[in-house]
Amino acid sequence: MSNNIIELKNISVAFDGQQIIENMNLYIRDKEFITFLGPSGCGKTTTLRMIAGFQEPDSGEVIFDGKIINGVPPHKRQLNTIFQRYALFPHLNVYENIAFGLRLKKTPEKEIKEAVTEMLELINLKGFERRNISSLSGGQQQRVAIARALVVKPRVLLLDEPLGALDLKLRKDMQVELKNIQQRLGITFIYVTHDQEEALSMSDTIVVMDSGVIQQIGTPTDIYNEPKNAFVADFIGESNIIEGVMRADFWVEMAGHKFKCLDKGFGVDEMVDVVVRPEDVDVVPVESSMISGIVTSITFKGVYYEIIVEIKGFKWMIQSTVYQEAGSTIGINVEPDAIHIMKKSQYSGLYGDYSSFSEEFDELSDATVYEKEDE
Amino acid sequence: MNKKSSLMSRLAGAPYIVWAALFIIVPLCMVAYYAFTDSNGVFTLNNLSDIGKYADTFILSIWLGLLATVICLVVAYPLAYIMAQKGPEKQSSMTMLIMLPMWMNFLLRTYSWMTILEDNGLLTTALNFIVDNINNLMGAELSPVHLINTRGAVVVGMVYNFLPYMILPIYTVMLKTDRSLVEAAQDLGGNKLDVFRNVTIPLSVPGIVSGFTMVFVPSVSTFYISQKLGGTGTILIGDIIETQFQTANNFHLGASLSFVLMILIFICLAVMNRFSDDDGGVII
Repeated sequence: MSNNIIELKNISVAFDGQQIIENMNLYIRDKEFITFLGPSGCGKTTTLRMIAGFQEPDSGEVIFDGKIINGVPPHKRQLNTIFQRYALFPHLNVYENIAFGLRLKKTPEKEIKEAVTEMLELINLKGFERRNISSLSGGQQQRVAIARALVVKPRVLLLDEPLGALDLKLRKDMQVELKNIQQRLGITFIYVTHDQEEALSMSDTIVVMDSGVIQQIGTPTDIYNEPKNAFVADFIGESNIIEGVMRADFWVEMAGHKFKCLDKGFGVDEMVDVVVRPEDVDVVPVESSMISGIVTSITFKGVYYEIIVEIKGFKWMIQSTVYQEAGSTIGINVEPDAIHIMKKSQYSGLYGDYSSFSEEFDELSDATVYEKEDE
Repeated sequence: MNKKSSLMSRLAGAPYIVWAALFIIVPLCMVAYYAFTDSNGVFTLNNLSDIGKYADTFILSIWLGLLATVICLVVAYPLAYIMAQKGPEKQSSMTMLIMLPMWMNFLLRTYSWMTILEDNGLLTTALNFIVDNINNLMGAELSPVHLINTRGAVVVGMVYNFLPYMILPIYTVMLKTDRSLVEAAQDLGGNKLDVFRNVTIPLSVPGIVSGFTMVFVPSVSTFYISQKLGGTGTILIGDIIETQFQTANNFHLGASLSFVLMILIFICLAVMNRFSDDDGGVII
């Protein structure tokens, strides 16, 4: 038997005639931490709800542990969900919330007490048994939700943007804690988020989705270093995506210069997208540089300066610890291992140019992403 | 700046305070005054001690009011539940259908029940037709059905008139209930019955309490329904209070009856409220 705990085969879902998920195929290995990552409306939450049983696919098969579970209601599935807003029962106290699933299974009172106590220890909330849900902070409610789901010993835990409502510091702590819990219990976590940093730091596998289609599946390093297309490159971290031409294997021409790279297998003179991460660009004296450009702006970011440089009409983002005067001309080198070549895709030309770059705008669009996801 | 705004808010609040004083505090004081004085305006407890004579009526009023309220709850709860599950369009048309009779005059509604329940009325005639046939065919000796001027008729009148007041608060609370709570309960292994018992019902308690109050209070103190549908056999406390003011001209006894009724209702509701420690923002 394969060690895939969940398989999705040829899944399609449409709401009101609008395609949400298109012919999706996905295998999830047992005991792995897998993350569905994508912007609002990419179908990640729908996929999660389908696995949980709250949503039926229009076509295709959902397979759990080798058995097709289409049509099996949520309460008969061996998996549990952490909801976006925790969905704790307001009429029950902490103890009763955690005990809820066990009571439904008619577990003896003694075992319930043991299990709940063990869970409260796991989530560091000993002594909170009799507390009201409304008297808990967001982070504490989050932990109770985790305990409530884990106490029934699911094979798979589904987490729907569980950290979205927490502040940044708490979010970082919870990331570590969730990962610890997952490793300690050795169960599968399926995590949904639109936060790429969260996805990179927690996951074994990341599934990048956009408009109902899986764009790339891979480990965090794969996804970051070898993005498949401009969408993935842009969504995961900052990237300069420059139009280039493959002159030969290991040689790409962009910004009027031929760069040595590590990629091959493209046609001669094939148009490609070239990804260069801002932290991989070296600032050098103009005389010994491969290409050069004029600094249009520089922003202090704490650890580094974020420098926007215009080179042949294209604005690059560079992260450097050395200050550069705006308006000055600087030289740039890019090492072969800092260059990643992608085939042209429907996303080519849409991302990775910093000429219209504005952080405020980015945050604005992030905020709308949040609201939509919350619905 | 601050002073000005607080002056403004006080000015804005003034009409309501005057209104409350004029139409709530003053009448209450007047009721208390009449209840504890005789026709000469002298303090007395005789009015209150006279109330003992009406103990049976009090008990009957509360019993029938309670019965009507419980029947309303049994009828309204499933309906509210079904309504809350429907799509928005169906919901608004169903709400409309429930509200519509409320816009009809209360007297008219009660009158129409008279014509339905009276001995030559629609329902009675139909039922008696069935009874006759059973008697003829099976040789049974069932007596003809008599509906009007019974306690049952009074309860029917109460249920019909006050049912919307039970449906709407329960429906509102159910509508506000977070859908993900139901999903969470399903997720944790609850089938439909489990979810209903452990999530839907407990979370709708504020609506039940609110509906209970809104049906029970007018039912206990009604006089019109019992007069029209209960005949002379079913005298409720409301009827007696009305008589004291309209015909017997004994304002003092009437006031003390009202006073005691108010206290009794207050006690009933206090007991009821014990069942729900927070009322989820529903106005009682």
